[in-house]
Amino acid sequence: MIKDITIGQYFPGKSVLHRLDPRIKLLLTVLYIVMLFSASGFSGLAIGIVFLVFAFAISGIPIKMMVKGVKPILPVIIFTGILNLFFISTGDVIFSLGFIKITDDGLSTMIFMAVRIVFLICGTSLLTYTTSPIALTDAIERVLSPLKVFHFPAHEIAMMMTIALRFIPTLIEETDKIMSAQKARGADFESGSIINRAKALIPVLIPLFVSAFRRAEELALAMECRCYRGGEGRTRMKQLKTTYLDYIALAVTVLFLVLIILANIFIPI
Amino acid sequence: MSIIKTEHLSYVYGEGTPFRKVALDDINLEIDEGELIGIIGHTGSGKSTLIQHFNGLLKATTGKVYVDGEELFQDKSRLRDIRFKVGLVFQYPEYQLFEDTVYKDISYGPKNMGLDEAEIDRRVRETMRLVGLKEELLQKSPFDLSGGQKRRVAIAGVMAMEPKVLILDEPTAGLDPHGRDRILGMIKEYHEEKKSTVMLVSHSMEDVANTVSKILVVNDAKIFMFDTPEKVFARVRELDSMGLTVPQITRVFDRLKESGIEFDDEVYSTGYAKKLVLRLLQEKKEK
Repeated sequence: MIKDITIGQYFPGKSVLHRLDPRIKLLLTVLYIVMLFSASGFSGLAIGIVFLVFAFAISGIPIKMMVKGVKPILPVIIFTGILNLFFISTGDVIFSLGFIKITDDGLSTMIFMAVRIVFLICGTSLLTYTTSPIALTDAIERVLSPLKVFHFPAHEIAMMMTIALRFIPTLIEETDKIMSAQKARGADFESGSIINRAKALIPVLIPLFVSAFRRAEELALAMECRCYRGGEGRTRMKQLKTTYLDYIALAVTVLFLVLIILANIFIPI
Repeated sequence: MSIIKTEHLSYVYGEGTPFRKVALDDINLEIDEGELIGIIGHTGSGKSTLIQHFNGLLKATTGKVYVDGEELFQDKSRLRDIRFKVGLVFQYPEYQLFEDTVYKDISYGPKNMGLDEAEIDRRVRETMRLVGLKEELLQKSPFDLSGGQKRRVAIAGVMAMEPKVLILDEPTAGLDPHGRDRILGMIKEYHEEKKSTVMLVSHSMEDVANTVSKILVVNDAKIFMFDTPEKVFARVRELDSMGLTVPQITRVFDRLKESGIEFDDEVYSTGYAKKLVLRLLQEKKEK
Protein backbone atom coordinates (compact mmCIF):
# COMPACT_ATOMS: atom_id res chain seq x y z
CA MET A 1 0.00 0.00 0.00
CA ILE A 2 2.85 2.29 0.88
CA LYS A 3 4.36 1.83 -2.56
CA ASP A 4 1.43 3.65 -4.16
CA ILE A 5 2.57 7.01 -2.83
CA THR A 6 4.27 8.96 -5.59
CA ILE A 7 6.40 11.91 -4.73
CA GLY A 8 7.12 14.44 -7.39
CA GLN A 9 5.45 13.87 -10.69
CA TYR A 10 8.30 13.87 -13.12
CA PHE A 11 7.31 12.15 -16.34
CA PRO A 12 10.51 11.16 -18.13
CA GLY A 13 10.75 12.07 -21.78
CA LYS A 14 12.94 13.55 -24.47
CA SER A 15 10.76 16.35 -25.79
CA VAL A 16 11.95 19.90 -26.40
CA LEU A 17 10.39 20.92 -23.10
CA HIS A 18 12.31 18.23 -21.25
CA ARG A 19 15.54 19.44 -22.76
CA LEU A 20 15.13 23.10 -21.91
CA ASP A 21 17.33 24.60 -19.26
CA PRO A 22 15.42 24.30 -15.96
CA ARG A 23 16.21 27.92 -15.11
CA ILE A 24 14.56 29.02 -18.33
CA LYS A 25 11.62 26.74 -17.57
CA LEU A 26 11.20 28.40 -14.19
CA LEU A 27 11.27 31.78 -15.89
CA LEU A 28 8.80 30.63 -18.55
CA THR A 29 6.43 29.39 -15.86
CA VAL A 30 6.57 32.75 -14.12
CA LEU A 31 5.91 34.47 -17.47
CA TYR A 32 3.00 32.12 -18.07
CA ILE A 33 1.48 33.04 -14.70
CA VAL A 34 1.95 36.72 -15.57
CA MET A 35 0.20 35.99 -18.87
CA LEU A 36 -2.85 34.51 -17.18
CA PHE A 37 -3.12 37.33 -14.69
CA SER A 38 -2.56 40.12 -17.18
CA ALA A 39 -5.38 38.86 -19.38
CA SER A 40 -8.30 41.09 -18.51
CA GLY A 41 -10.86 39.40 -20.73
CA PHE A 42 -11.74 36.12 -22.37
CA SER A 43 -9.80 37.00 -25.51
CA GLY A 44 -6.55 37.29 -23.59
CA LEU A 45 -7.31 34.16 -21.61
CA ALA A 46 -7.93 32.27 -24.86
CA ILE A 47 -4.47 33.21 -26.07
CA GLY A 48 -2.98 31.92 -22.81
CA ILE A 49 -4.87 28.67 -23.27
CA VAL A 50 -3.60 28.31 -26.82
CA PHE A 51 -0.08 28.77 -25.48
CA LEU A 52 -0.55 26.01 -22.89
CA VAL A 53 -2.19 23.57 -25.32
CA PHE A 54 0.71 24.19 -27.67
CA ALA A 55 3.22 23.53 -24.87
CA PHE A 56 1.43 20.37 -23.80
CA ALA A 57 1.35 19.12 -27.39
CA ILE A 58 5.12 19.36 -27.75
CA SER A 59 5.81 17.95 -24.27
CA GLY A 60 4.28 14.55 -25.05
CA ILE A 61 2.64 14.38 -21.61
CA PRO A 62 -0.64 12.44 -21.80
CA ILE A 63 -3.82 14.49 -21.26
CA LYS A 64 -4.72 12.01 -18.52
CA MET A 65 -1.84 13.34 -16.41
CA MET A 66 -3.06 16.91 -16.80
CA VAL A 67 -6.56 15.96 -15.64
CA LYS A 68 -5.04 14.13 -12.67
CA GLY A 69 -3.21 17.30 -11.68
CA VAL A 70 -6.38 19.39 -11.64
CA LYS A 71 -8.55 16.96 -9.69
CA PRO A 72 -7.26 17.72 -6.17
CA ILE A 73 -7.95 21.45 -6.48
CA LEU A 74 -11.48 20.98 -7.82
CA PRO A 75 -13.08 21.85 -4.44
CA VAL A 76 -11.18 25.15 -4.38
CA ILE A 77 -12.41 26.00 -7.87
CA ILE A 78 -16.00 25.19 -6.98
CA PHE A 79 -15.80 27.19 -3.76
CA THR A 80 -14.42 30.33 -5.40
CA GLY A 81 -16.90 29.87 -8.23
CA ILE A 82 -19.84 29.87 -5.84
CA LEU A 83 -18.53 32.91 -4.01
CA ASN A 84 -18.15 34.83 -7.25
CA LEU A 85 -21.57 33.75 -8.43
CA PHE A 86 -23.44 34.97 -5.37
CA PHE A 87 -21.48 37.98 -4.22
CA ILE A 88 -21.08 39.94 -7.43
CA SER A 89 -24.11 42.17 -7.73
CA THR A 90 -23.21 44.40 -10.69
CA GLY A 91 -24.70 43.80 -14.13
CA ASP A 92 -28.13 42.54 -15.20
CA VAL A 93 -29.96 40.15 -12.94
CA ILE A 94 -30.62 36.89 -14.76
CA PHE A 95 -31.96 34.83 -11.86
CA SER A 96 -33.26 35.71 -8.43
CA LEU A 97 -34.72 33.77 -5.56
CA GLY A 98 -35.42 35.70 -2.38
CA PHE A 99 -32.24 37.52 -1.43
CA ILE A 100 -30.11 35.49 -3.86
CA LYS A 101 -29.40 37.36 -7.06
CA ILE A 102 -27.36 36.00 -9.90
CA THR A 103 -26.13 38.55 -12.40
CA ASP A 104 -24.49 38.08 -15.79
CA ASP A 105 -21.36 39.75 -14.41
CA GLY A 106 -21.24 37.19 -11.60
CA LEU A 107 -21.64 34.33 -14.05
CA SER A 108 -18.90 35.52 -16.38
CA THR A 109 -16.53 36.24 -13.48
CA MET A 110 -17.15 32.77 -12.16
CA ILE A 111 -16.28 31.15 -15.48
CA PHE A 112 -13.30 33.44 -15.98
CA MET A 113 -11.84 32.68 -12.54
CA ALA A 114 -12.44 28.94 -12.81
CA VAL A 115 -10.78 28.73 -16.21
CA ARG A 116 -7.88 30.81 -14.96
CA ILE A 117 -7.24 28.60 -11.92
CA VAL A 118 -7.50 25.38 -13.94
CA PHE A 119 -4.98 26.58 -16.48
CA LEU A 120 -2.73 27.99 -13.81
CA ILE A 121 -2.48 24.55 -12.25
CA CYS A 122 -2.03 22.85 -15.63
CA GLY A 123 0.78 25.22 -16.55
CA THR A 124 2.70 24.86 -13.32
CA SER A 125 2.29 21.10 -13.28
CA LEU A 126 3.73 21.03 -16.79
CA LEU A 127 6.93 22.36 -15.21
CA THR A 128 7.10 19.51 -12.68
CA TYR A 129 6.12 16.94 -15.31
CA THR A 130 8.98 17.85 -17.59
CA THR A 131 11.67 18.69 -15.03
CA SER A 132 13.22 16.17 -12.68
CA PRO A 133 13.16 17.27 -9.04
CA ILE A 134 16.96 17.38 -8.96
CA ALA A 135 17.14 19.65 -12.00
CA LEU A 136 14.49 21.81 -10.43
CA THR A 137 16.35 22.30 -7.17
CA ASP A 138 19.46 23.01 -9.18
CA ALA A 139 17.63 25.73 -11.03
CA ILE A 140 16.16 27.13 -7.82
CA GLU A 141 19.65 27.37 -6.38
CA ARG A 142 20.86 29.29 -9.40
CA VAL A 143 17.89 31.59 -9.45
CA LEU A 144 18.22 32.34 -5.73
CA SER A 145 22.00 32.69 -5.73
CA PRO A 146 22.00 36.49 -6.23
CA LEU A 147 20.36 36.66 -2.79
CA LYS A 148 23.62 35.41 -1.29
CA VAL A 149 24.56 39.05 -1.04
CA PHE A 150 22.00 39.26 1.75
CA HIS A 151 23.40 36.07 3.37
CA PHE A 152 20.59 33.98 2.03
CA PRO A 153 21.84 30.32 2.06
CA ALA A 154 20.74 29.45 -1.49
CA HIS A 155 23.15 26.57 -1.94
CA GLU A 156 22.42 25.02 1.45
CA ILE A 157 18.69 25.17 0.89
CA ALA A 158 19.01 23.57 -2.53
CA MET A 159 21.30 20.87 -1.10
CA MET A 160 18.80 20.10 1.65
CA MET A 161 15.99 19.83 -0.88
CA THR A 162 18.05 17.52 -3.06
CA ILE A 163 18.96 15.27 -0.14
CA ALA A 164 15.37 15.19 1.09
CA LEU A 165 14.13 14.18 -2.35
CA ARG A 166 16.85 11.58 -2.68
CA PHE A 167 15.92 9.92 0.59
CA ILE A 168 12.15 9.78 0.19
CA PRO A 169 12.16 6.46 -1.72
CA THR A 170 14.76 5.06 0.67
CA LEU A 171 12.68 5.91 3.69
CA ILE A 172 9.52 4.54 2.12
CA GLU A 173 11.30 1.27 1.47
CA GLU A 174 12.61 1.26 5.01
CA THR A 175 9.13 1.90 6.44
CA ASP A 176 7.82 -1.01 4.43
CA LYS A 177 10.54 -3.27 5.75
CA ILE A 178 10.09 -2.30 9.39
CA MET A 179 6.32 -2.67 9.10
CA SER A 180 6.76 -6.18 7.72
CA ALA A 181 9.22 -7.03 10.47
CA GLN A 182 6.85 -5.86 13.20
CA LYS A 183 3.92 -7.59 11.53
CA ALA A 184 5.96 -10.77 11.72
CA ARG A 185 6.10 -10.18 15.47
CA GLY A 186 2.34 -9.84 15.62
CA ALA A 187 1.87 -6.10 15.18
CA ASP A 188 -1.60 -5.20 13.98
CA PHE A 189 -1.92 -1.95 12.02
CA GLU A 190 -5.30 -2.56 10.47
CA SER A 191 -7.79 -3.08 13.25
CA GLY A 192 -8.78 -1.47 16.53
CA SER A 193 -9.63 2.09 17.47
CA ILE A 194 -7.73 5.11 16.16
CA ILE A 195 -5.77 5.36 19.41
CA ASN A 196 -4.78 1.72 19.26
CA ARG A 197 -3.73 2.08 15.67
CA ALA A 198 -1.63 5.12 16.47
CA LYS A 199 -0.04 3.16 19.30
CA ALA A 200 0.66 0.28 16.95
CA LEU A 201 2.75 2.66 14.86
CA ILE A 202 5.25 3.35 17.64
CA PRO A 203 7.27 0.19 16.89
CA VAL A 204 7.54 1.45 13.31
CA LEU A 205 8.24 5.12 13.95
CA ILE A 206 10.99 4.70 16.51
CA PRO A 207 13.21 2.45 14.38
CA LEU A 208 12.43 4.69 11.41
CA PHE A 209 13.60 7.82 13.23
CA VAL A 210 16.65 6.04 14.58
CA SER A 211 17.62 4.94 11.10
CA ALA A 212 16.89 8.35 9.57
CA PHE A 213 19.24 9.98 12.07
CA ARG A 214 21.82 7.29 11.50
CA ARG A 215 21.64 7.84 7.77
CA ALA A 216 21.90 11.60 8.21
CA GLU A 217 24.98 11.19 10.34
CA GLU A 218 26.60 8.79 7.92
CA LEU A 219 25.82 11.03 4.99
CA ALA A 220 27.20 14.10 6.75
CA LEU A 221 30.36 12.20 7.56
CA ALA A 222 30.73 10.92 4.02
CA MET A 223 30.25 14.43 2.66
CA GLU A 224 32.82 15.86 5.02
CA CYS A 225 35.26 13.11 4.10
CA ARG A 226 35.00 14.36 0.55
CA CYS A 227 35.69 17.87 1.74
CA TYR A 228 32.20 19.26 1.39
CA ARG A 229 31.96 22.57 3.18
CA GLY A 230 29.00 24.36 1.72
CA GLY A 231 28.53 26.17 -1.55
CA GLU A 232 31.43 28.57 -1.51
CA GLY A 233 33.85 27.98 -4.34
CA ARG A 234 32.08 24.80 -5.34
CA THR A 235 32.00 23.89 -9.01
CA ARG A 236 29.53 21.48 -10.52
CA MET A 237 29.78 18.45 -12.73
CA LYS A 238 26.68 19.24 -14.76
CA GLN A 239 26.75 22.85 -15.80
CA LEU A 240 23.40 24.27 -16.73
CA LYS A 241 23.64 25.56 -20.27
CA THR A 242 21.22 27.63 -22.25
CA THR A 243 20.98 26.69 -25.92
CA TYR A 244 19.25 28.24 -28.92
CA LEU A 245 16.16 26.18 -27.95
CA ASP A 246 15.89 28.12 -24.71
CA TYR A 247 16.01 31.44 -26.53
CA ILE A 248 13.38 30.31 -29.00
CA ALA A 249 11.12 29.18 -26.14
CA LEU A 250 11.66 32.47 -24.37
CA ALA A 251 10.91 34.45 -27.53
CA VAL A 252 7.72 32.49 -28.18
CA THR A 253 6.55 33.04 -24.61
CA VAL A 254 7.25 36.76 -24.71
CA LEU A 255 5.42 36.92 -28.04
CA PHE A 256 2.34 35.37 -26.46
CA LEU A 257 2.55 37.78 -23.55
CA VAL A 258 2.63 40.71 -25.97
CA LEU A 259 -0.32 39.19 -27.85
CA ILE A 260 -2.32 39.06 -24.64
CA ILE A 261 -1.57 42.68 -23.84
CA LEU A 262 -2.61 43.65 -27.36
CA ALA A 263 -5.78 41.58 -27.00
CA ASN A 264 -6.54 43.40 -23.76
CA ILE A 265 -6.41 46.69 -25.60
CA PHE A 266 -8.02 45.82 -28.94
CA ILE A 267 -10.47 42.99 -28.18
CA PRO A 268 -11.68 43.84 -24.68
CA ILE A 269 -14.22 41.08 -24.03
CA MET B 1 3.51 -34.38 7.94
CA SER B 2 4.76 -31.33 6.14
CA ILE B 3 4.66 -28.13 8.14
CA ILE B 4 4.90 -25.85 5.10
CA LYS B 5 3.63 -26.73 1.67
CA THR B 6 3.26 -24.68 -1.49
CA GLU B 7 1.32 -25.55 -4.61
CA HIS B 8 2.13 -23.82 -7.88
CA LEU B 9 3.09 -20.71 -5.98
CA SER B 10 3.86 -17.75 -8.22
CA TYR B 11 4.43 -14.13 -7.34
CA VAL B 12 4.62 -11.19 -9.70
CA TYR B 13 5.79 -7.72 -8.73
CA GLY B 14 4.11 -4.71 -10.31
CA GLU B 15 1.53 -6.59 -12.38
CA GLY B 16 0.19 -4.38 -15.17
CA THR B 17 3.02 -1.83 -15.04
CA PRO B 18 6.17 -1.55 -17.15
CA PHE B 19 8.12 -2.76 -14.08
CA ARG B 20 6.44 -6.18 -14.04
CA LYS B 21 8.79 -8.82 -12.70
CA VAL B 22 8.20 -12.48 -11.96
CA ALA B 23 9.77 -13.07 -8.56
CA LEU B 24 8.56 -16.62 -8.06
CA ASP B 25 7.51 -19.03 -10.75
CA ASP B 26 5.49 -22.15 -10.00
CA ILE B 27 7.07 -23.18 -6.72
CA ASN B 28 6.07 -26.61 -5.39
CA LEU B 29 7.58 -27.38 -2.07
CA GLU B 30 7.08 -29.52 0.99
CA ILE B 31 9.01 -28.91 4.16
CA ASP B 32 8.87 -31.51 6.90
CA GLU B 33 8.57 -30.71 10.54
CA GLY B 34 11.76 -30.54 12.56
CA GLU B 35 14.11 -30.02 9.65
CA LEU B 36 16.93 -27.52 9.49
CA ILE B 37 16.91 -26.18 5.98
CA GLY B 38 19.23 -23.83 4.16
CA ILE B 39 17.80 -21.67 1.40
CA ILE B 40 20.42 -20.36 -0.95
CA GLY B 41 20.22 -18.28 -4.06
CA HIS B 42 21.83 -15.34 -5.72
CA THR B 43 20.74 -11.80 -4.81
CA GLY B 44 17.39 -11.24 -6.51
CA SER B 45 16.74 -14.93 -7.06
CA GLY B 46 13.48 -14.72 -5.12
CA LYS B 47 14.49 -16.34 -1.85
CA SER B 48 13.46 -13.41 0.33
CA THR B 49 10.16 -13.16 -1.53
CA LEU B 50 9.58 -16.86 -1.01
CA ILE B 51 9.96 -16.79 2.76
CA GLN B 52 7.57 -13.87 3.10
CA HIS B 53 4.89 -16.14 1.67
CA PHE B 54 5.36 -18.63 4.46
CA ASN B 55 3.89 -16.32 7.10
CA GLY B 56 1.42 -14.46 4.93
CA LEU B 57 3.28 -11.16 4.62
CA LEU B 58 2.96 -11.54 0.88
CA LYS B 59 0.00 -13.03 -0.90
CA ALA B 60 0.72 -15.37 -3.78
CA THR B 61 -0.35 -14.00 -7.17
CA THR B 62 -1.43 -17.54 -8.04
CA GLY B 63 -1.09 -20.83 -6.19
CA LYS B 64 -1.52 -21.85 -2.59
CA VAL B 65 0.51 -21.94 0.60
CA TYR B 66 -0.30 -24.24 3.51
CA VAL B 67 1.10 -23.86 7.00
CA ASP B 68 0.52 -26.77 9.35
CA GLY B 69 -2.21 -28.00 7.02
CA GLU B 70 -4.03 -24.67 6.95
CA GLU B 71 -4.34 -22.70 3.74
CA LEU B 72 -3.19 -19.07 4.06
CA PHE B 73 -5.51 -16.20 3.13
CA GLN B 74 -8.60 -18.41 3.44
CA ASP B 75 -9.46 -16.43 6.55
CA LYS B 76 -7.60 -13.16 6.96
CA SER B 77 -8.22 -12.98 10.70
CA ARG B 78 -6.11 -16.12 11.07
CA LEU B 79 -3.03 -14.47 9.57
CA ARG B 80 -1.81 -13.13 12.89
CA ASP B 81 -1.91 -16.59 14.44
CA ILE B 82 -0.06 -17.95 11.45
CA ARG B 83 2.65 -15.35 12.04
CA PHE B 84 3.06 -16.60 15.59
CA LYS B 85 3.49 -20.09 14.19
CA VAL B 86 6.00 -19.07 11.55
CA GLY B 87 8.49 -16.65 13.05
CA LEU B 88 10.38 -14.58 10.51
CA VAL B 89 13.61 -12.75 11.27
CA PHE B 90 14.33 -10.20 8.58
CA GLN B 91 17.66 -9.11 7.21
CA TYR B 92 19.48 -6.74 9.57
CA PRO B 93 16.85 -7.34 12.25
CA GLU B 94 18.64 -5.01 14.68
CA TYR B 95 17.02 -2.09 12.83
CA GLN B 96 13.60 -3.10 14.12
CA LEU B 97 14.46 -2.70 17.82
CA PHE B 98 12.40 0.06 19.39
CA GLU B 99 11.75 -0.42 23.10
CA ASP B 100 13.71 1.27 25.87
CA THR B 101 14.91 -1.96 27.39
CA VAL B 102 16.04 -5.27 25.95
CA TYR B 103 13.48 -7.02 28.13
CA LYS B 104 10.56 -5.05 26.71
CA ASP B 105 11.76 -5.50 23.17
CA ILE B 106 11.98 -9.26 23.41
CA SER B 107 8.57 -9.41 25.07
CA TYR B 108 6.89 -7.42 22.27
CA GLY B 109 6.05 -10.55 20.26
CA PRO B 110 4.89 -12.69 23.21
CA LYS B 111 2.81 -9.74 24.46
CA ASN B 112 1.09 -9.52 21.07
CA MET B 113 0.27 -13.20 21.49
CA GLY B 114 -1.62 -12.35 24.66
CA LEU B 115 0.49 -14.42 27.03
CA ASP B 116 0.52 -13.73 30.75
CA GLU B 117 3.37 -12.00 32.56
CA ALA B 118 4.87 -15.14 34.05
CA GLU B 119 5.00 -16.90 30.72
CA ILE B 120 6.49 -13.84 29.03
CA ASP B 121 9.13 -13.62 31.73
CA ARG B 122 10.03 -17.27 31.32
CA ARG B 123 10.35 -16.90 27.55
CA VAL B 124 12.42 -13.74 27.68
CA ARG B 125 14.91 -15.34 30.05
CA GLU B 126 15.04 -18.56 28.11
CA THR B 127 15.69 -16.89 24.77
CA MET B 128 18.35 -14.66 26.29
CA ARG B 129 20.12 -17.85 27.30
CA LEU B 130 19.56 -19.40 23.86
CA VAL B 131 21.12 -16.45 22.06
CA GLY B 132 23.98 -16.37 24.55
CA LEU B 133 23.37 -13.03 26.21
CA LYS B 134 23.71 -12.33 29.91
CA GLU B 135 20.65 -11.46 31.95
CA GLU B 136 22.28 -8.23 33.12
CA LEU B 137 21.65 -6.84 29.66
CA LEU B 138 17.88 -7.18 30.04
CA GLN B 139 17.41 -3.77 31.63
CA LYS B 140 19.75 -2.00 29.23
CA SER B 141 18.58 -0.01 26.23
CA PRO B 142 18.96 -2.06 23.07
CA PHE B 143 20.50 0.99 21.41
CA ASP B 144 23.47 0.82 23.80
CA LEU B 145 24.47 -2.68 22.75
CA SER B 146 27.12 -3.66 20.21
CA GLY B 147 26.06 -4.58 16.68
CA GLY B 148 26.31 -8.32 17.26
CA GLN B 149 24.43 -8.12 20.56
CA LYS B 150 21.67 -6.04 18.96
CA ARG B 151 21.23 -8.67 16.31
CA ARG B 152 20.99 -11.43 18.87
CA VAL B 153 18.39 -9.47 20.83
CA ALA B 154 16.36 -9.02 17.64
CA ILE B 155 16.56 -12.75 16.87
CA ALA B 156 15.57 -13.48 20.47
CA GLY B 157 12.50 -11.28 19.95
CA VAL B 158 11.23 -13.71 17.33
CA MET B 159 12.41 -16.87 19.11
CA ALA B 160 10.46 -15.80 22.20
CA MET B 161 7.23 -16.35 20.29
CA GLU B 162 8.28 -20.02 20.20
CA PRO B 163 7.23 -20.44 16.60
CA LYS B 164 6.87 -23.91 15.10
CA VAL B 165 8.96 -22.68 12.20
CA LEU B 166 11.76 -20.17 12.57
CA ILE B 167 12.95 -18.48 9.40
CA LEU B 168 16.05 -16.29 9.39
CA ASP B 169 16.88 -14.12 6.39
CA GLU B 170 20.65 -13.69 6.08
CA PRO B 171 21.24 -13.70 9.84
CA THR B 172 25.00 -13.40 9.37
CA ALA B 173 25.02 -10.48 6.91
CA GLY B 174 27.58 -7.87 7.80
CA LEU B 175 29.09 -9.77 10.72
CA ASP B 176 32.74 -10.66 11.15
CA PRO B 177 33.71 -14.37 10.94
CA HIS B 178 33.59 -14.71 14.71
CA GLY B 179 30.13 -13.16 14.98
CA ARG B 180 28.99 -15.30 12.06
CA ASP B 181 30.09 -18.51 13.73
CA ARG B 182 28.38 -17.52 16.97
CA ILE B 183 25.07 -16.83 15.26
CA LEU B 184 25.22 -20.05 13.24
CA GLY B 185 26.16 -22.06 16.31
CA MET B 186 23.32 -20.45 18.21
CA ILE B 187 20.82 -21.35 15.49
CA LYS B 188 22.01 -24.93 15.44
CA GLU B 189 21.70 -25.16 19.20
CA TYR B 190 18.23 -23.67 19.11
CA HIS B 191 17.22 -26.23 16.52
CA GLU B 192 18.54 -29.12 18.55
CA GLU B 193 16.98 -27.94 21.77
CA LYS B 194 13.57 -26.91 20.48
CA LYS B 195 13.22 -29.57 17.79
CA SER B 196 11.39 -27.00 15.70
CA THR B 197 11.71 -26.41 11.99
CA VAL B 198 14.36 -23.84 11.11
CA MET B 199 15.05 -22.23 7.76
CA LEU B 200 18.20 -20.32 7.15
CA VAL B 201 18.40 -18.04 4.14
CA SER B 202 21.82 -17.19 2.85
CA HIS B 203 23.74 -16.49 -0.29
CA SER B 204 26.82 -18.03 1.22
CA MET B 205 27.14 -21.78 0.83
CA GLU B 206 29.84 -21.79 3.42
CA ASP B 207 27.29 -20.62 5.98
CA VAL B 208 24.78 -23.34 5.36
CA ALA B 209 27.01 -26.24 4.31
CA ASN B 210 28.01 -27.23 7.82
CA THR B 211 24.77 -26.30 9.52
CA VAL B 212 21.78 -27.65 7.66
CA SER B 213 20.33 -31.03 6.78
CA LYS B 214 18.79 -30.03 3.46
CA ILE B 215 19.45 -27.25 1.00
CA LEU B 216 16.94 -25.47 -1.18
CA VAL B 217 18.57 -23.76 -4.12
CA VAL B 218 16.52 -20.97 -5.66
CA ASN B 219 17.59 -19.64 -9.00
CA ASP B 220 15.85 -17.20 -11.30
CA ALA B 221 12.49 -17.40 -9.48
CA LYS B 222 12.46 -21.19 -9.66
CA ILE B 223 13.55 -24.05 -7.43
CA PHE B 224 16.73 -25.47 -8.85
CA MET B 225 17.25 -28.21 -6.26
CA PHE B 226 15.97 -29.28 -2.89
CA ASP B 227 18.19 -32.00 -1.47
CA THR B 228 20.87 -32.96 1.00
CA PRO B 229 24.11 -30.94 0.98
CA GLU B 230 26.07 -33.84 -0.58
CA LYS B 231 23.74 -34.03 -3.55
CA VAL B 232 23.58 -30.25 -3.96
CA PHE B 233 27.32 -29.84 -3.86
CA ALA B 234 27.75 -32.66 -6.36
CA ARG B 235 26.68 -30.09 -8.92
CA VAL B 236 29.46 -27.62 -8.28
CA ARG B 237 29.69 -26.52 -11.91
CA GLU B 238 26.04 -25.61 -12.22
CA LEU B 239 26.04 -23.77 -8.91
CA ASP B 240 29.11 -21.92 -10.02
CA SER B 241 27.43 -20.84 -13.24
CA MET B 242 24.55 -19.41 -11.17
CA GLY B 243 27.00 -17.19 -9.41
CA LEU B 244 26.73 -19.07 -6.13
CA THR B 245 30.00 -19.51 -4.38
CA VAL B 246 30.42 -23.09 -3.29
CA PRO B 247 32.61 -23.67 -0.24
CA GLN B 248 36.28 -23.37 -1.09
CA ILE B 249 37.00 -26.87 0.13
CA THR B 250 34.37 -28.28 -2.24
CA ARG B 251 36.01 -26.44 -5.08
CA VAL B 252 39.43 -27.84 -4.18
CA PHE B 253 38.14 -31.40 -4.16
CA ASP B 254 36.23 -30.86 -7.37
CA ARG B 255 39.51 -29.95 -9.05
CA LEU B 256 41.25 -32.95 -7.49
CA LYS B 257 38.60 -35.20 -8.93
CA GLU B 258 39.01 -33.54 -12.28
CA SER B 259 42.74 -34.20 -12.23
CA GLY B 260 42.14 -37.92 -11.87
CA ILE B 261 42.08 -38.68 -8.17
CA GLU B 262 39.27 -41.10 -7.54
CA PHE B 263 36.76 -40.75 -4.72
CA ASP B 264 32.97 -40.77 -4.62
CA ASP B 265 32.17 -38.35 -1.85
CA GLU B 266 31.23 -34.70 -2.01
CA VAL B 267 33.33 -32.62 0.31
CA TYR B 268 31.94 -29.49 1.88
CA SER B 269 33.58 -29.30 5.28
CA THR B 270 37.23 -29.15 6.19
CA GLY B 271 36.75 -31.78 8.90
CA TYR B 272 35.46 -34.23 6.38
CA ALA B 273 38.13 -33.23 3.90
CA LYS B 274 40.80 -34.16 6.39
CA LYS B 275 39.31 -37.60 6.94
CA LEU B 276 39.02 -38.17 3.21
CA VAL B 277 42.61 -37.17 2.50
CA LEU B 278 43.88 -39.45 5.24
CA ARG B 279 41.80 -42.31 3.88
CA LEU B 280 43.00 -41.75 0.32
CA LEU B 281 46.60 -41.64 1.48
CA GLN B 282 46.07 -44.85 3.41
CA GLU B 283 44.61 -46.56 0.35
CA LYS B 284 47.52 -45.41 -1.73
CA LYS B 285 49.98 -46.80 0.76
CA GLU B 286 48.24 -50.16 0.76
CA LYS B 287 48.44 -50.36 -2.98
